[in-house]
Amino acid sequence: MISELSKVLESLDLSADWIGIRAVHESTTQRSVRDGHPEANGKSLSRGAMVEVLTQGQIGYSATNMLTPEGLRSAAETAYRQAIAASQWRIHDTTAAVRPPVVGKYISPLQKPFEVISPAEVNDLLIRICQKLKVANSIVQTKATAITNEIESWCVSTSGAEVYQKLGLLATHYGATAQAGPIVQNRSNNGYLAHCYQGGWELFPEPDLWERVQRVGEQAVELLTAEECPTVATTLVLAPDQMMLQIHESVGHPLELDRILGDERNYAGGSFVKPEDFGALSYGAKLMNITFDPTVSGEFASYAFDDTGASASKEYLIRNGQLERGLGSLESQARLQAPGVACARACSWNRPPIDRMANINLEPGTSSFADILAGIEQGVYMETNRSWSIDDQRYKFQFGCEYAKLIEHGQLTKTLRNPNYRATTPQFWRSLMQVGDRTTWQVYGTPYCGKGEPNQVIRVGHAAPVCAFANVEVFGGDT
Amino acid sequence: MQPVNLEMIFNLLVEALMAQVKSNEAVTLTLVGEHSQFIRFNRARVRQTGLVADGDLRLTLIQDQRTSYRTLPFTGDKGSDWLQIQTALAELRQEVPQLPVDPYLVLPSGESTSRETHSGRLLTPETVAATLLPGVQELDFTGFYAGGLSVRAYADSVGQRHWFETETFNLDYSLFTVAGQAVKGVFAGSHWDDQAYGRNLQASKDLLAKMEQPSRPVSRGQFRTYLAPAAVADLVSMFSWGGVSEAAIQRGGSALGPLQRQEKELSPQFNLKENFRHGATPRFNSLGEIAPVELPLIVAGKLVNTLISSRTAKEYDDVSNHAEPGEYLRAPEVSPGALPTDKILETLDTGLYVSNLHYLNWSDRPNGRITGMTRYACFWVEQGEIVAPIENLRFDESLYRFLGETLVNLTDSQTFIPEVGTYGHRNLGGIRTPGLIAEDFTYTL
Repeated sequence: MISELSKVLESLDLSADWIGIRAVHESTTQRSVRDGHPEANGKSLSRGAMVEVLTQGQIGYSATNMLTPEGLRSAAETAYRQAIAASQWRIHDTTAAVRPPVVGKYISPLQKPFEVISPAEVNDLLIRICQKLKVANSIVQTKATAITNEIESWCVSTSGAEVYQKLGLLATHYGATAQAGPIVQNRSNNGYLAHCYQGGWELFPEPDLWERVQRVGEQAVELLTAEECPTVATTLVLAPDQMMLQIHESVGHPLELDRILGDERNYAGGSFVKPEDFGALSYGAKLMNITFDPTVSGEFASYAFDDTGASASKEYLIRNGQLERGLGSLESQARLQAPGVACARACSWNRPPIDRMANINLEPGTSSFADILAGIEQGVYMETNRSWSIDDQRYKFQFGCEYAKLIEHGQLTKTLRNPNYRATTPQFWRSLMQVGDRTTWQVYGTPYCGKGEPNQVIRVGHAAPVCAFANVEVFGGDT
Repeated sequence: MQPVNLEMIFNLLVEALMAQVKSNEAVTLTLVGEHSQFIRFNRARVRQTGLVADGDLRLTLIQDQRTSYRTLPFTGDKGSDWLQIQTALAELRQEVPQLPVDPYLVLPSGESTSRETHSGRLLTPETVAATLLPGVQELDFTGFYAGGLSVRAYADSVGQRHWFETETFNLDYSLFTVAGQAVKGVFAGSHWDDQAYGRNLQASKDLLAKMEQPSRPVSRGQFRTYLAPAAVADLVSMFSWGGVSEAAIQRGGSALGPLQRQEKELSPQFNLKENFRHGATPRFNSLGEIAPVELPLIVAGKLVNTLISSRTAKEYDDVSNHAEPGEYLRAPEVSPGALPTDKILETLDTGLYVSNLHYLNWSDRPNGRITGMTRYACFWVEQGEIVAPIENLRFDESLYRFLGETLVNLTDSQTFIPEVGTYGHRNLGGIRTPGLIAEDFTYTL
């Protein structure tokens, strides 16, 4: 493919400063079962190319699924006209430096290829999970899903870039709904598709699958008779499957340089973080260490190069609570004159790259889970996100979880239902009082981070330990 | 996907495909396609500009109460597209017999056909920036223009055929003050009109002028609130996510469960229906079924219908109203009330004027509680006069209050809020809704 695309580039006769082609071939298989019956079986193939042309300081793009030389040449001519038409109105004088001439490849880990397990075997496993989830008559719905992705991308450019990346991805989910009259409770395996990783069928089923399935079903039923989460300001302990959402919404998004530059203000929003905050802002407590880390093997958004060809490496965004750098591509770094990372990503061939999270992780601390609890006289421990909302500056948030426990005298005691909490981002992260050690650190992700105009939904990974926060406003549902 | 003879090529593919269907098989083929100009603006300049030509065919094979699908690129080149369909059909014939029986599987049936084409007069791609930007050079203008051809099509092995194509544009934009306060504007249609664009922009500029004064801090609490049509549209959109779906009600996943069980009520003033009369979105669904032109859902506060797909109908022994399998709203319309638009501030008297909302989510779905943020052009009002813009507030409130016991009135006119989403492809349609005033709307942060 690289040579075919290069030949197309060589055949173009455009007075451009730079031309690049990013071809993508993505195959997605979804198998879903509800209450023991199939709900979805199928495979989606997406194939096309994004052609970018830089001229007169402006990039124009044209995306096509016609991958013939004629189709790609036509797309390049269209992209060229787009750039010319907009150049008079360009926001920044873009140069070819934002599309580096990198040569390399990345292939994600994958031990057990997707084709070795038949559709029948996958369906059989999902049906058995549904059956096992139904631990009582009060379980009114069970669901199980497995989604595989195989993505290949090829980037070539007139400046010499030649990048090949191949990803194998697996995302799984199962959960149960329990109902007793007007009371309805959901419990799942760490949240919808939170188990999403680079890899193959070696990841699923996990060795402890059936214990986990049994626990999910039992906890759904347990929540029906649990007490409502109290309304109180207290110590809040969050499990890694909720820390994932907390990091995503209140650290990842506000640090995106395109939000700070204002590109997202009409849709996803801006940020409370200002350009002058980099290198100066105390974002959180000294225990807070946040990294952009595309090098974690198996984490959902690992890669060697972003979609502009920038080489990716682990970088601290926040170190000892101090903000060091943002999530910004070479374009955003040039516009803002602020440090960034290799994070210009597109969800597919039909969307242009924008500033995105990849793997954004909270580095582990030194406290065991038992030690964290031992120091808490009164508090609430929450697991698994179920509700999320934050303002357009990423400042005022309210999140809800599936399952909670009261903490009394250093121990987890009563189960609580409908747990929610709300706070403002700086206040919350500055109240971080304990960070769990490596034994509490867990890796999750989501395929569904939405942003951009045109809209894009992209995969991200988040790893975190258990964390404790002081004096957070928690509350329950309507009674 | 190139916008040349798309319908003809789709029909040729359908003809070739259906000729290969065996007597024990059923097949459906759907198409979603677009040829779209996208331009993103920031600070009255162009941030990104490009064109996307895309199309997806979905081929579904049903055999012996089992089914699977393949989604494939639709390039508009008959030869290559047909090769892909043949490969997909062969794969499906291998896969489907391996799958478990689906007891709720619905075979395509019926004899419906339809053809709707709505041509437009859009700006040519190379003229969009030069047309839009001169009038906003003195403003902090940010936004997104999307325009072009959108196609939806359906065909099946029992002979149903549907084709829907439309040329539309929308400009979704924001204007900002130096202090960061903002107003939202949307200009959409099928025929570009410079003068109408100028009027739309002027209305936004006038509103922006009101945002220039210092903002007034408002503490958490309960306030009488006017929710403008765009805000109501966001709240009603939640009905598509665990709301009016019959399947969600049956399985405990709907916020309207208490309404359906008659444990809670909505105001007699609140009426919601599906109304396809305006033609902004196709009436046929992914099974080729035609939805009723109108379907009342909530009448005088009572749930009179839910959205029932044929699959759900089969599972729960009900009657389908030809909803999509996801049972979401496709052409929602909230009926107007009696409050004259020029009496909004006077009737609000003292409280909050909320133009837009942001990032809604259920905070307690079984009880219909929604949380979210105010956004854009929100004001503190005293004695019927706008006093000052506010800093954004978080709300957390049950629909059984603001559409029920605390609903004061709905305005006597509706606004069409176009769907401007572009996840995967350009969305179609929108919602018609009035604004409303509610007592004691709860703000929490």
